[in-house]
Amino acid sequence: MSPLVEFYAKHSQLIDQIGINAVLALSLSVSLQAGQLALAQAAFMGIAAYVSAILAMNAHWPLPATIAAGIAASTLVAAALAFPLRRLRGIFLAIATVGFGEIVRVFANNLSITGGAEGISGIPNDATTPVIYGSLALVAVALVVLSRTKFALAVTLVREDEHAAQGVGVDVGTIRLLSLALGGAIAGLGGALYAHAAFFIAPGDFGFARMEEILVWCVVGGVTSPLGAVLGAGLLSILPEAIRFLADYREITDGIILLAVILFFPDGIASLWRRGAVRVKS
Amino acid sequence: MLAQQVLNGLFLGAVYALFAVGYTLVFGVLDILNLAHAAIFTAAAFTAFSLAEGAMPLWAAFVVATLVAGVLGILLDRVAFAPLRRRNAGTLAPLISSIGVAIIIGAVLRAVYGVDERHFTTAGLDSAPAIHLGPVTFTSVELAIFLSAIALMVVLSWILRATTLGRRIRAVAEDRLAAALLGVNLERTIAATFFIASGLGGAAGILTGLEYNSVTLDMGAPIELKGLAVIILGGMGSVTGAVIGGFIIGAVETFAIAYGLSPWRDALVFGVMFALLIARPSGLFGKRALRQA
Repeated sequence: MSPLVEFYAKHSQLIDQIGINAVLALSLSVSLQAGQLALAQAAFMGIAAYVSAILAMNAHWPLPATIAAGIAASTLVAAALAFPLRRLRGIFLAIATVGFGEIVRVFANNLSITGGAEGISGIPNDATTPVIYGSLALVAVALVVLSRTKFALAVTLVREDEHAAQGVGVDVGTIRLLSLALGGAIAGLGGALYAHAAFFIAPGDFGFARMEEILVWCVVGGVTSPLGAVLGAGLLSILPEAIRFLADYREITDGIILLAVILFFPDGIASLWRRGAVRVKS
Repeated sequence: MLAQQVLNGLFLGAVYALFAVGYTLVFGVLDILNLAHAAIFTAAAFTAFSLAEGAMPLWAAFVVATLVAGVLGILLDRVAFAPLRRRNAGTLAPLISSIGVAIIIGAVLRAVYGVDERHFTTAGLDSAPAIHLGPVTFTSVELAIFLSAIALMVVLSWILRATTLGRRIRAVAEDRLAAALLGVNLERTIAATFFIASGLGGAAGILTGLEYNSVTLDMGAPIELKGLAVIILGGMGSVTGAVIGGFIIGAVETFAIAYGLSPWRDALVFGVMFALLIARPSGLFGKRALRQA
């Protein structure tokens, strides 16, 4: 076996996990870049995970179809949320969306189709590494293309100053709706992949702890760019494996790293690279 | 039956209110959401457990652990919030740094106590005599918990209304810059706010541990989010609102259990919160209440 194949055989699970985490981090970064602290990503992820798992198990749909259905479901829910949430900003938006996430979790816990607290097991394990990284690449390309359109400009305007955006003719409500729906769609993709890579899902997988985790990836990487989200998800997923000898102190190192980044590198790890670039130029 | 449910709601609500008062106080003064509040809640419960194991009388363990929680609050502010305050970091950064501190506190507790559930072994706690009063029944322990929570909230209300410290806290909540210009020592006032808020959150943790006679690493998880529902209901930053919100959420939960909706009770709680946020984001009382307290 070549070293590369050997490496993959040993770490394939972690590699898959990193790809999925990066997709999830990207989904939140879409909302954050529109200046919206909307924290329902774990719930969107869960909705799509359940939809795709149920369709695969009960209706024997093929993988692409279950992923598409999962994304459709989470996108619809996210878009529907935009209307009631239209007047909420900042912390209030964050709390409302966290509350929504809890409601979704309770439903997953109590419905029979979701398997209740026991969840669903035996999901076809067909989200392979190429599928996961292909999806991640697709999302990344789509976001890069999108970042060159007027839509991205409008999103930036809404983030910096809603009134000014309105003043130059940007429909703030539509921009908020679109960015929420787009975030919901990407989270849905991440959720469907998660279900088909994990074999087993339960309501606890999509609770507040998961939401916190996704938020932490984004902030540690840097909320100002999609690159930051991917970087944050990647680094924080690898870290616990890389510092195995610290296994007993893993949680405490997580907390300290998080604290250090937010205190000393407010724009995230991605900003270090940019800072370095500026220094070299000057 | 109904009277008993009302009483159960009051008992549950008092602890929710106590927890939420500290949560909302920090928001009212600093406009930040402190997600380490639940970690301090848990840390205080474990501290009280250890002190009681060390043969300290329960009341003394309660007092000392509450003070420890208050000091933890001051440390939390120094580590997680003060540096961000200095550079006006906005809402997201303090939220994240408080998650960082919560992770660290949780990790330390796990390292010290392991993952097993702990029980207070103080004699008489589990065999407290039931008191029958007309149509309702409760134990002396439940009564003591309820009265302690109420007493602490009364003391807080007195501090905010009638003392110089209270006036300073309200002034900082109203307008930090103006308060500083008028000679209020900002950092000292904020430290006092954290001491009080975390002390109350810690007291709520100890009382919760005593109520169910169970102290666990994840005991703070449910109340962390329900506390959010409580302070939204009362209006972010409103101490009176948090107290009333606590009792409302306590009542909603108890009645959900009484009417066989127990598995759905959290959805009900967060449904109420979500609906209120949409209809009236300032809550039932709004932020003004702290300033007028």
